[in-house]
Amino acid sequence: MIAPLLQVAGVSKRFGGFTALNDVSLELAAGERLGLIGPNGSGKSTLVNCMSGTLINDTGSVRFDGHMLDGLSPHKRAYLGLARSFQLPRPFGSLSVRDNMRIPLLYTAAVRGGRQRSEIEIRDRTDELLRLVGLIDKAQARPIDLTQVDMRKLELARAMAADPKLLIADEAMAGLSNAEVNDILALLLTLNANGISIIMIEHIMKAVMAFSQRLVVLVSGTKIADGSPAEVIRNDDVVRAYLGQ
Amino acid sequence: MTSATQDSIVGRVGIDGVGTAPFFAISLAAAAVFYGLLAFVGNEYLYFAGYVVLQFVVMATAWNILGGYCGYVNFGSAAFFAMGAYATVCVYEISTELSKTFAGQILAAIPPPVLVPLLIIFAGAIAGLVGLGMGYLTLRLRGVFFSIATLALSVVLQTLVINWDFVGGARGAYVIRPNEFPLLPGGFIAYLFVMMLLLVVVALTVARSIERSRLGFGFAAIRDDEIAAEAAGVPTLRLKLVATTISGALMGMAGAPFPYYIGYLQPSSAFGFEYAVNAIAMPMVGGTQSWFGPLIGAVLLGSFQQWATVSISSVLNLLIVGLVLIFFVIVAPNGILGLFGDWRRRRRLAKQARLSGGDKQ
Repeated sequence: MIAPLLQVAGVSKRFGGFTALNDVSLELAAGERLGLIGPNGSGKSTLVNCMSGTLINDTGSVRFDGHMLDGLSPHKRAYLGLARSFQLPRPFGSLSVRDNMRIPLLYTAAVRGGRQRSEIEIRDRTDELLRLVGLIDKAQARPIDLTQVDMRKLELARAMAADPKLLIADEAMAGLSNAEVNDILALLLTLNANGISIIMIEHIMKAVMAFSQRLVVLVSGTKIADGSPAEVIRNDDVVRAYLGQ
Repeated sequence: MTSATQDSIVGRVGIDGVGTAPFFAISLAAAAVFYGLLAFVGNEYLYFAGYVVLQFVVMATAWNILGGYCGYVNFGSAAFFAMGAYATVCVYEISTELSKTFAGQILAAIPPPVLVPLLIIFAGAIAGLVGLGMGYLTLRLRGVFFSIATLALSVVLQTLVINWDFVGGARGAYVIRPNEFPLLPGGFIAYLFVMMLLLVVVALTVARSIERSRLGFGFAAIRDDEIAAEAAGVPTLRLKLVATTISGALMGMAGAPFPYYIGYLQPSSAFGFEYAVNAIAMPMVGGTQSWFGPLIGAVLLGSFQQWATVSISSVLNLLIVGLVLIFFVIVAPNGILGLFGDWRRRRRLAKQARLSGGDKQ
């Protein structure tokens, strides 16, 4: 059996007396599409932050693509090919859309490729990515002039610019209209078709069900289900957590 | 479709315009012309006043590398300036007080015109190292906590200097400025002026080349959102240390010739409130996102202060700076360059709207 791309083993995280994550383990195969769901406050974003290095987990370990990630700062994890988008878009506000893309192209992709890209290569790759997410017409705009859906597309495009092996999309669709959700969903499926593993964190069940090959459910910081989407949503614990008893 | 192709053709290719070496040459030429004009006028007071303005250009530019590019507000600029000044005092004391020692004899043998550039480099190295150290201790703090720590650093250093007798302690130290300098009309003060002018050219070139480099984009990412910057692969701590080091070194360099300029250095003048305030106010007034902002701000505010000192009152100086700063924070938070940039952006958006409106009809 091939070693999984991502291996989270026994990760716990406390904030004072509050246990945000309790002994969570999960695995992800290369090229897989995983949906991560759970009620508000169940620890989804905390888990993402522990995987990407923004937070440091108290116990357990994260392995990615053959590397131990424990103790690595977020930018080193980005070098290894772990990219994330943020739940609330965090664009670089003083830079144009094009220059937002420049940051990962200058830093992450360059480090992995072992050489600096030329200006022309940067421009071509930026154009390619902006065309993929449909932001090419707004390349010169400032993030403040973007709509919410465009901001989320920029967030994904910027994560993609790092040429990741794994993309963690943290509620990339929150607050979007139906048509916009379909846009982002199509985009994520395209990215996956290009060989990138994706973890999707989402509340919009329609999108999660359409997207995921496997579903993991977190409730109060504990993993209560892990399996095919159809099985998981019939799971009694899951139904209880979502609908109450 | 039209706008897509337009974008890829017109699209700003980051490192555009004049390269670093030509920029250095151009500013050197501009500096020479500026000096030539002053030498032509031949009024010694202009060197004295001009020196202070130039010194503020370096301070403002240095502050902006950390404050404007990275978004870390340093309240302790005066400490770095004073460190440069006291490095000079220290060397001067060794050459006079310890003239019997080997080091003292060597230093005393170096003529001041040769010593000053060496002191500038020496002060830059020391202040750069302290900047690195300060960065290491404080940069895990964010926002206002970092600023408070820099203020504390300033107080700590001032206390150390006040209690260090060798450099004059609280009563201060004399540094005798030679009157004559045979090579330049205007004497030694003209020489100090030229040194500061060269330092301005160096500081502006450094600032501008950072701005257009990979480093500059990393700084901008840190300023805008540090967590997102990390996620995009920017090694934020390392870059911030680079910024504190460069910024501190340039401030120390600006302070190195100061004892020769003032002749008698006291802790209260080296650690003067005006350095900390002006180093912040000038980039804010000019605009913090480009090398040109601190230059405009320092030239405008600095010249105005020199004029006000002579014609109104030297005490009202900082009051005026304060009022100007308040005005800008309210009316133009991004400085003069920000006002200009907004105007250009509005014009472009209006043009785009007109164009796309035309497409539909």
